[in-house]
Amino acid sequence: MSELVTVKNLTVAYGSNVVISSASFIIKKGDFICVVGQNGSGKSTLIKALLGLIRPRSGKISFGQGIKQNSIGYLPQEPKQFQNFPASVFEIVLSGTLGRLGHLPFYRKEDRIRAESSLDTLNIKNLKDKKFSELSGGQKQKVLLARALAATSSLLILDEPSNNLDHASRKSFYETLKSLNKNTGLTILMITHDLDSEDLIGNKVLSLKNGKISSFTTVDFLRRYK
Amino acid sequence: MGLLEIFSHAFMLRAFIVGVLISVVAAIIGVSLVLRKQSMLGDGLSHVAFGAFALATVLGFTPLWFSLPVVIFVSFLILHLNQNSKLSGDASIALLSASSLAIGTLAISISKGVNIDLNSYLFGSILSVGWSDVVLSTILAILSILLYIFAHNRIFALTFDAEFARSIGINTRLYDAFFAIICSFVVVLGMRLLGALLISSLLIFPATISLGFSKSFKTIVLLSAFVSIFAFLIGLLLSYFFSLPTGATVVLVNLFVFVVAKILDFLRKV
Repeated sequence: MSELVTVKNLTVAYGSNVVISSASFIIKKGDFICVVGQNGSGKSTLIKALLGLIRPRSGKISFGQGIKQNSIGYLPQEPKQFQNFPASVFEIVLSGTLGRLGHLPFYRKEDRIRAESSLDTLNIKNLKDKKFSELSGGQKQKVLLARALAATSSLLILDEPSNNLDHASRKSFYETLKSLNKNTGLTILMITHDLDSEDLIGNKVLSLKNGKISSFTTVDFLRRYK
Repeated sequence: MGLLEIFSHAFMLRAFIVGVLISVVAAIIGVSLVLRKQSMLGDGLSHVAFGAFALATVLGFTPLWFSLPVVIFVSFLILHLNQNSKLSGDASIALLSASSLAIGTLAISISKGVNIDLNSYLFGSILSVGWSDVVLSTILAILSILLYIFAHNRIFALTFDAEFARSIGINTRLYDAFFAIICSFVVVLGMRLLGALLISSLLIFPATISLGFSKSFKTIVLLSAFVSIFAFLIGLLLSYFFSLPTGATVVLVNLFVFVVAKILDFLRKV
């Protein structure tokens, strides 16, 4: 498998508080990596650095062929302002293609087709004209996933996507992610709750402890020797 | 008296042009400000503008040209404090607006022999709108509307989810600066007409009235602009016919439309 993202000696700090310390790992094409660790272990900071939302203090993040930092599909934790926001599902999914527009001000036909196709992939085309704020938690999460899919063809980064989902919605959401990874070859990096939970659905696990990578191994290996 | 006759008075014509243009610009940026929970920015900047106007008058500068750069500078300072300090957005706005108000009040109180019409600063005066305001408002409106048309997709993205917008390469700081500058212009130009204490209503009322009437962001922005023009025109005409203060009348028309809109919204959901 070819290397998609290479992280070398990455250190991220907020002022004098070092949150990620000398992290090195490689994300390969087709990987489904679960990032685990306790609160404050640096999980969100790590993905924010990967996305370019935080400037690292030192170290290097390099991207392989066919991927740029702004072409990563990102699914953030649901912020409060999403409640009652006046936007249709299609407006939101289409906004995922903005990174592909360069300096063009308006969407092109191909961007609309891409957004439609993201809805299609997740089987939510029926929601296209619905108001986002009127959807259920699970539907909202799928719409935001469709927006992330519209933004990327290679790497998806998700920050605790199951936080606000009930058990059934979580199961269905994870099935969707597994199928995306298996059928489209999309690489996924997802922050999950902890090692013991059923959230461990990827093929690799990256564990963080106090800002340092404590292990980076396969899920099978972990299950065998736990 | 016919409508055309009203606008044969130069001061009414100026107020009409400035009011309509400022209403449109305030309404379109107001939607994003309200949705991003930055409604108090306009209110804070209006206090800063009051302080700057008072100081300019006492120091003998032209108020408009002195206030504009001051208010733009403070709006940038608020942005900087929000992004780089531990102060929350509301706290930095409150600190700066109260300080500016204090500076303005102090400047007025210690000035001797300077005749300042405090009421017209605080509550607006239709007579204080000059042709320079008309020219500036026209330029502001054309530039803002053009910029908004070309940037509305990105503005939507960052209004909905600024973190995602940044992750796909949208320069959110640039757009924040755009909002801060436009908001400053709206406050400085609009406060001569509506007053420092009432101008922020143009940024907030039309947006809050329109929210809930469409599932599309684009439609909300257009509806907000329409509501804003409508409320301003009705307010202007009422203030002319019944000799009422223009700023207060426009705000109360907005309030009336807000109440009607909320009742309609409630009935629609029952």
